[in-house]
Amino acid sequence: MRTPLGQVRGMGAAKAGTEHFWTQRMTAVSNLPLTIFFVGIVATLAGSSHASATALLGAPWVAIPLLLLILSVAVHMRIGMQVIIEDYVHGEVPKMLALMANTFFCIAVGLACAFALLKISFGV
Amino acid sequence: MDSPKAAPRARPLSPHLQIYRPVLSMVMSIVHRITGAALYGGTALVAIWLVSAASGPSAFAMAQTVYGSIIGQLILFLYTWTLIHHALGGVRHLIWDTGRGFELQQREFLYRLTLGGSITLTIVVWIAALLLRGA
Repeated sequence: MRTPLGQVRGMGAAKAGTEHFWTQRMTAVSNLPLTIFFVGIVATLAGSSHASATALLGAPWVAIPLLLLILSVAVHMRIGMQVIIEDYVHGEVPKMLALMANTFFCIAVGLACAFALLKISFGV
Repeated sequence: MDSPKAAPRARPLSPHLQIYRPVLSMVMSIVHRITGAALYGGTALVAIWLVSAASGPSAFAMAQTVYGSIIGQLILFLYTWTLIHHALGGVRHLIWDTGRGFELQQREFLYRLTLGGSITLTIVVWIAALLLRGA
């Protein structure tokens, strides 16, 4: 026997329920202080040399919040773009391809930023 | 009157954006989505900047030159506003999530605060950055 809830579970456009709504709020909250920190760091580094930029970006008190920001932003922007795609792309195949491309982009950008920061930090 | 036997024809869709007179609430809602989408693309600029820093002095110097050019600075200025505007819009949504701020006057106040705040803070950030650069 299947309850009415069991019959509709996973049937939404995204095949997922309210966790996206909650994750979007959670990452919005974490984005806030981390973004303020990021803007401060970038403003400090405007026009700076490679040596001073990498010295600052590689310091643990800078690199760790920036890595947290990258994770938080990548999750937040993936959900945000998914909502936009689901609103405007109606064909099932184009929608799935767009959602896939969205995931690829977010992971690629996030990983590139994280790799760069770790490389700067470890100075290899 | 259409007869019930009339051939099916294109049925009218529900009214969409272009039918409404733009009001502040609607424009701010649309701008929140547009700024979000723009920031999505803008993360690539951050990635390029960080990867260039990780690649070495010559790559970083090239990135700094491009980002420091007039067009680069203009894009970064708009990027700053986009980021701050979307962040303040997010705070507004978080306030709404608590069930507060839905009265007409409160909404109008929040919209004006978001817009005025984003413009003011963008200018403040850029003045600070330019002062730091000079120092």
